[in-house]
Amino acid sequence: MILFERVSKRYPNGREALTHVSFGIQSGEMVFLTGRSGAGKSTVLKLVALLERPTRGIVTVNGKSTGALKARHIPAFRRQVGVVFQDHKLLADRPVFDNVALPLVVAGAPLKEIDKRVRAALDQVGLLGKERMLPAELSVGEQQRVGIARAVVSKPPLIIADEPTGNLDPDLSLEVMRLFRRFSDVGVTVLVATHDQHIVRDLAKREIVLASGEIQSQGDIERTDTLPHVVPRR
Amino acid sequence: MNPAIFGTRHAQALLGSLGRLKRNPLATVLTLLVIGLALALPAALGLFVINAQTATGGFSNAVDMSVYLKSGLPVAKAQQLAANARERPEVAQVTVIAADEGLAEFRKYSGFGAALDALQTNPLPNVLHVMPRRGASSAADLDSLRRYFAAWPEVDVVQLDTEWVLRFNAILAVLRRLVLVAAVLLGAGVLAVVGNTIRLEILNRRAEIEVTKLVGGSNAFVRRPFLYTGLLYGIGGAVLATAILETAVLVLDPSVATLAQLYGSRYALQGPSGQVLAALFGGGMALGWLGAWISAHRHLRSIEPRA
Repeated sequence: MILFERVSKRYPNGREALTHVSFGIQSGEMVFLTGRSGAGKSTVLKLVALLERPTRGIVTVNGKSTGALKARHIPAFRRQVGVVFQDHKLLADRPVFDNVALPLVVAGAPLKEIDKRVRAALDQVGLLGKERMLPAELSVGEQQRVGIARAVVSKPPLIIADEPTGNLDPDLSLEVMRLFRRFSDVGVTVLVATHDQHIVRDLAKREIVLASGEIQSQGDIERTDTLPHVVPRR
Repeated sequence: MNPAIFGTRHAQALLGSLGRLKRNPLATVLTLLVIGLALALPAALGLFVINAQTATGGFSNAVDMSVYLKSGLPVAKAQQLAANARERPEVAQVTVIAADEGLAEFRKYSGFGAALDALQTNPLPNVLHVMPRRGASSAADLDSLRRYFAAWPEVDVVQLDTEWVLRFNAILAVLRRLVLVAAVLLGAGVLAVVGNTIRLEILNRRAEIEVTKLVGGSNAFVRRPFLYTGLLYGIGGAVLATAILETAVLVLDPSVATLAQLYGSRYALQGPSGQVLAALFGGGMALGWLGAWISAHRHLRSIEPRA
């Protein structure tokens, strides 16, 4: 699903964020990306979401090399990747429903379909019945779950999350991570960047450790490739 | 994409733009006012030219010619010449003003009554007052008619005011050019106003644009609501410009009627015609859309999602 081949990334200000990074993530795997801040976790996620392109090396996501992708194909590419942020990036002036519906609206889904899928996604994160509320009326944990609902609403084969539990207390964090594990169980590939070691231990999933832009350890690929790719049931 | 979804997306963008304009009534009204005035100004000038042309269309049809016969020519001969003149196809009407009538009229209106009494004989000749037909009153037609009368041996002088017709037409031509120049300049103004307003809105909605691009919104999708906003500004500006023009006509009409009456005319000021309205709305929509497009094209590119 994700393949990094000797990838380096140097930002315009000269900082080298990644150096010769190579790893692979199988379809349906759930992987944690850990390391101190500044180790390059965010850069890896940006390269996967095509927010940045590699300076050297090849990043392949879902069978497509991101370096060669033309600008007009970027929107279609991004629709295949659900992204969850630490600060959840919700639109403050839109109700929960509109926020979650956005990926479907930009993809041109029919209204009936949008209505059905948004409710299903909110149901999965336990927020059904709060469609009309504004993000500010929700708790931080709920806001984060709205962000997750938005990331999964269009059933992307890949979900990436950047410190999704950074602002949550331990109980809420575990709850959010279990949510990600449920998606992974039904065949969605999940890549989570976090520095929360408790969670990584609790979920017992593969861990890729970054230090100063290089891979320190990357564990073994789970044998999930023997499982058939299952589309999550909503 | 199927047409129903395509239509739905456009309807959503349009309604979204309308909603946003409604949420900032003061800013919207101020912008509309600027656009409305910029559209109304050249349209008003154009309306003035159209009115001047129509009003003086009456004048130039009433252009007349005074054919002064040689003095001492008997009135009977003058009547006979008038009959000949009426045969000409381009002549509508010929009136004979006999020397005696002319003197009486002059005595009555000029205020030189006493001075005229001192004269032994009537100094005025018999005059043929010739009205050309409608459609034969262009400068060239009038000149050829003048030469026709001047060739008669009984004629002393033909007096004709073609000069002012030519001058007036030249003034109208200058004004028409002025309308064009004003339209181009103020049109550029509308582009700038719409472009700048859209630019500010894009900056205001930066976060929303970033998120939309992040979840896979194409440039066309992100641009669409701004284009509709520009289009709505154009339509709103045209509505306002129409209102301004109609009000101006309403205010000016009584005084124009008085002026026309002094010239013996019952001319009533013409409001914007269908053609003027079509130009206002067509121009407003085109400028609004174009201004928004230029601005969106320039500024949306620079907004890319950051994680």
